[in-house]
Amino acid sequence: MKFTVLGKRTWKETLRDPLNLAFGLGFPLVILGLLSAIQANVPVELFRIEQLGPGVTVFGLSFMTLFSALLVSKDRTSALLLRLYTTPLRPADYILGYLLPMIPIALLQTGVCYGFAMLLGLKWTVRILLCLALSIPTAIIFITMGLFFGSLLNDKQVGGVCGALLTNLSAWLSGIWFDVALVGGAFKKLAALLPFWHGVELQRAAYAGNYAAIPSHLWWVLGYAVALTALAVWAFLHQMKKN
Amino acid sequence: MNAIETKALTKQYKDVTAVNNLELTVREGELFALLGVNGAGKTTTIKMLSCLTKPTSGDAILLGKSVTGEPEAVKRLIAVSPQETAVAPKLTVRENLEMMAEIADCDKTEGKARIQRLSEAFGLEPVMKKPAGKLSGGWQRRLSIALALIIEPKILFLDEPTLGLDVLARSELWEVIRDLKGKITVILTTHYMEEAEALSDRIGVMGAGHLLCVGTAEELKAQTGKETLEEAFIALAKGARK
Repeated sequence: MKFTVLGKRTWKETLRDPLNLAFGLGFPLVILGLLSAIQANVPVELFRIEQLGPGVTVFGLSFMTLFSALLVSKDRTSALLLRLYTTPLRPADYILGYLLPMIPIALLQTGVCYGFAMLLGLKWTVRILLCLALSIPTAIIFITMGLFFGSLLNDKQVGGVCGALLTNLSAWLSGIWFDVALVGGAFKKLAALLPFWHGVELQRAAYAGNYAAIPSHLWWVLGYAVALTALAVWAFLHQMKKN
Repeated sequence: MNAIETKALTKQYKDVTAVNNLELTVREGELFALLGVNGAGKTTTIKMLSCLTKPTSGDAILLGKSVTGEPEAVKRLIAVSPQETAVAPKLTVRENLEMMAEIADCDKTEGKARIQRLSEAFGLEPVMKKPAGKLSGGWQRRLSIALALIIEPKILFLDEPTLGLDVLARSELWEVIRDLKGKITVILTTHYMEEAEALSDRIGVMGAGHLLCVGTAEELKAQTGKETLEEAFIALAKGARK
């Protein structure tokens, strides 16, 4: 149960970082407000709040990669992890200590996004609770990517890879800002092979009550969540041995 | 009883032998300084003694426990204060200490008592509510050593504890380290000769993965025929390169 000690610390460090709050909460909410304003003037199907709201929650989750990657890489460079490796903590304590507290933070972020979307006209339905539950595997994908990159890269590299590259890549290939079918071809195929578009469609299907569409997207997301968790564990243990 | 006893301790990285058949004994309660130029093998030695790296061959016995056979038991005896400050920057000084106390399985009452004792001993009271990342270098070093001590180790490894500190902060930290003498075993690595001379009971000089010489500062000077520890160290280190 030692992971709870590290978990408490992960929770506090993440929520006390003003940059995390600005990027993780502020940015998605500004985007939501801005695109809703555009939608009010120039109606676009994709920017209807029923489409945009669930999509932006996934965009917000992409910042979880940056948060967890920065925390791990800074703990490596500051030698805090080195200090902890000389204590009787076990590898599972570190991994759970970084991973588990990020899940309620992700849920909080998704909840706030849905709450703000409701202020912008999204109708309350009990299915929002289903959306929250189904956001967990998507959140795990982004968090474990953070653990993976944080274990292998330094904090400057993490800023570039997870802050700029990944958030853009996941946004383009998610179908939040434009319909991937409109681009078609290899782009559409790539989007369907990666988990981001499935994560967005999962949210949209759950919100709309389109239960038949849920399993096909959920399996993709769950598959990636399991695979990326395994990859993150490998990367963390690899850097632990290297130390 | 010896606190540390190494037996032909060796670490090989591909074609480089970082530590070669090291035979070192440190007595309980002793403050032992390990000196060496960069690449001499002292960091690798500390990593093996603190179970961060497995030896390629040989063993080290810390208070009766083997680093190769019983690393978990060894980890319950030791603490490391790394060269970097190694604190959780957004947690307050108190929260940092509480975290380490909890890792050491302290119950709340015992944890509070230890925090009280250490905050008084290290003069941390004025900064207890401050985030650790906002502290000056000197305060962070104090906190770093306090974090190592809160788990009440029997053996403490201090890696370059005063690196980058100004004269005043260094002198204050020396007082803190001197205060530990006789209470626990301390292994100190440093590049400052005056620090090793002022603080340690005995000094070991490493070069090219070997232990070149062990003794008090006076013994090392006598052995090399030099007047200062720095001159003695340079003579030994140059000898190892030949």
